[in-house]
Amino acid sequence: MSYQPRIIGFLCNWCSYAGADMAGTSRMSYPPNIRIIRVPCTGRLDPLFVAKAFQEGADGVLVAGCHPGDCHYAEGNYHARRRYALLHLLLEFLGIEPERIRLEWVSASEGKRFTQLVTDFTEQVARLGPCQAVGGQS
Amino acid sequence: MARIGVFICHCGSNIAGTVDIPRVVAEAQKLPMVVHAEDNEYTCSEVGQRSLREAIQEHRLNRVVIGACSPRMHENTFRNTVASAGLNPYLLEMANLREHASWVHGDQREAATVKAIDLIRAAVAKVARAQPLFARQIGVTKRALVIGGGIAGIQCALDIANAGFEVVLVERTPSIGGRMAQLDKTFPTLDCSACILTPKMVEVGQHPRIRLLTYAEVKEVRGFVGNFEADILQKARHVDHDKCLGCGICWQKCPARAPSEFDMGVGQRTAIYIPFAQAVPGKPVIDREHCRYQQYLEWQRAGAEGKKPPECRICEKLCPVGAIDWEQRDEMITEEFGAIVVATGYKTFDHSVYGEYGGGRYPDVITSLQLERLMSASGPTLGEVTRPSDGQPPKTVVFISCVGSRDDSVGRPYCSKVCCMYLAKQSIMLKEHDPEVQSYIFYIDIRAGGKNYEEFVRRAQEEAGTVYIRGRVSKTYPEKGKLIVWGEDSLMGRPVQIAADLVVLATGIEPSEGAIELAQTLHISYDVHSFLVEAHPKLRPVETMTDGVFLAGTAMGPMDIPDSVAQGSAAAAKVCGLLSKDTLALEPMVANVNAVKCVGCLLCQQVCPFKAIDTETLRDGRIVVRINEGLCKGCGLCVSACRPGAMNLRGFSNEQLLAQVKALTR
Repeated sequence: MSYQPRIIGFLCNWCSYAGADMAGTSRMSYPPNIRIIRVPCTGRLDPLFVAKAFQEGADGVLVAGCHPGDCHYAEGNYHARRRYALLHLLLEFLGIEPERIRLEWVSASEGKRFTQLVTDFTEQVARLGPCQAVGGQS
Repeated sequence: MARIGVFICHCGSNIAGTVDIPRVVAEAQKLPMVVHAEDNEYTCSEVGQRSLREAIQEHRLNRVVIGACSPRMHENTFRNTVASAGLNPYLLEMANLREHASWVHGDQREAATVKAIDLIRAAVAKVARAQPLFARQIGVTKRALVIGGGIAGIQCALDIANAGFEVVLVERTPSIGGRMAQLDKTFPTLDCSACILTPKMVEVGQHPRIRLLTYAEVKEVRGFVGNFEADILQKARHVDHDKCLGCGICWQKCPARAPSEFDMGVGQRTAIYIPFAQAVPGKPVIDREHCRYQQYLEWQRAGAEGKKPPECRICEKLCPVGAIDWEQRDEMITEEFGAIVVATGYKTFDHSVYGEYGGGRYPDVITSLQLERLMSASGPTLGEVTRPSDGQPPKTVVFISCVGSRDDSVGRPYCSKVCCMYLAKQSIMLKEHDPEVQSYIFYIDIRAGGKNYEEFVRRAQEEAGTVYIRGRVSKTYPEKGKLIVWGEDSLMGRPVQIAADLVVLATGIEPSEGAIELAQTLHISYDVHSFLVEAHPKLRPVETMTDGVFLAGTAMGPMDIPDSVAQGSAAAAKVCGLLSKDTLALEPMVANVNAVKCVGCLLCQQVCPFKAIDTETLRDGRIVVRINEGLCKGCGLCVSACRPGAMNLRGFSNEQLLAQVKALTR
């Protein structure tokens, strides 16, 4: 069997998690590599979680939230976007390719978009191969 | 010690058809702290829920994981089930095996099964670190604040008051009535606007449960659902309304004049005035800027230099009850409320950006609201429509639609919704006033969606003989006492030139002055055009994202009178639903702070979108933050902003999320 990357998805409860549900309800199909963690808002996402995911052996991290202006908490996704910009630099500093992390906006009705996104991102991470940079303690 | 039970749902063949359920159950049993694992045909069914309850009791489970559908589907169902078995409802975690595994990987049995096992492992890791949470109960102040005394606010206040609750209605101008009071007739029935509105205004003025605060503004709002506190600025009227009888001698004799706001500047009012004859309250205010005595006082304060203005005080001398009070000052009133309705309405677009229409340069180019005042029997011309320049009745009238609507170049891409209809109405009315009038309407599209609306436009065309020209106007200029309007008829593909006596601009709708400041203190959102944003455009049209704050009328976007009234009533229904409760349960999944770790940097306070973070000083003098659980919505922004790690989110704690990450990257 070919290399199967391990991908963690942090999805906001109100838009993207519902978008992922929509993909399921519509019986769309995407690669099974992604494991989804529900968070109330992308603004809840501590950059540490992403770093931790890589440290623990994830090969890619997808963060998805509400479209700008649609945040259930008014502005959480804007904070997420700013943190993401900094996190990008930090990951590069740690030797993790920036292509391994992605921040995207997926609304509750965009099951199709979510499917496409996961498919693309999985292929992208698979091309990069296993994440070598951070071994962690293990 | 956690004793976790895992329940895997087949969901018929929805999950079991793809995922190897026995294998998932067997793997679940091996997980740490799991003392029981079973599978059910349908866990959400009566049978499934009973099995869940029995297992909790039999195995003394204190944590539950359910591998089934999306938590957005059945989390509440199962919370109730575990609660009925005596377990705290927040000691439950769902693994989404259906939407996130079986349904999207239908053709990959092995991969879906492995994923299902992973998801169960993550849910077990998360629930093991869950804490019991308890919904806190808070009291409700059974009084509503309605901001804005237009038709939406009036309807809302009346409905709430008639349901038995106290209402404070705050209006910025000296009288309630709003835009509807300025209209002559309403489309499509040609009802006299004042005739249908004023009885409601009087009802508000006399209602035992409505306290009317006119000439007042809401400045600041604190608190949260059921427990708001508002600072309301009562501007000085210089008239004691308790003494005043509203006899009218003062405003009949006042010598000072100012352009009338109510008449949109086409008429004048006195300095002590009521905005219009049927105003509620029917008692005057003194406009300090134009009052001669106030000007005299100002002159004195400035050092008494130059020409001495007259020391008028005529109103004071004539008032039979001595109601004039020069000592009155602006006053801040603080009141408590359980719910707030924002119905702040609209103002019309400033047409001066369209230089080509000549508005502001030529006196005979007026706005539709000004024409409305000219047509009104109680208006400045007593209903005689005349040209502002020479007082002659106009015979040829050109209407230009979409002035500040559907035009991206002036930042107004939206349709103002009511203009097409009131243009049809005004052209019909002009014909009724004077059968010799010929109206022309330049339009982009005719939007007449609504009961009897299309028929009404037809009536304008067929009965009133209004000529509709599809196209825009490029130039307006005066020539020999007429206004020459150059435009394009885009259907015929040729230029049009009309010599008009009067040009009327259908200025679009935009939010009232101060709407943003109000939205900011209430912490509700507004869009790029400063219209207030509802919680959900389809399903929660009069609610906001701030619990206990509701919306009605054109503060939210362009709409006509029936829509505004419907929204006023809808908001009132929501308010009554809230105020009818004695206590409210607060969502317990909110932030909490560890005061030992907090260093008082207050970064969290800066990022909190809900102003839910207060500070407190400990006995040792340290300043730490405190969460206002009534305001906190549980977004977790503060948690990820906290540097010393003092903040956490109940239900989505750092430990829980990290445990999930670890379980999924194993």
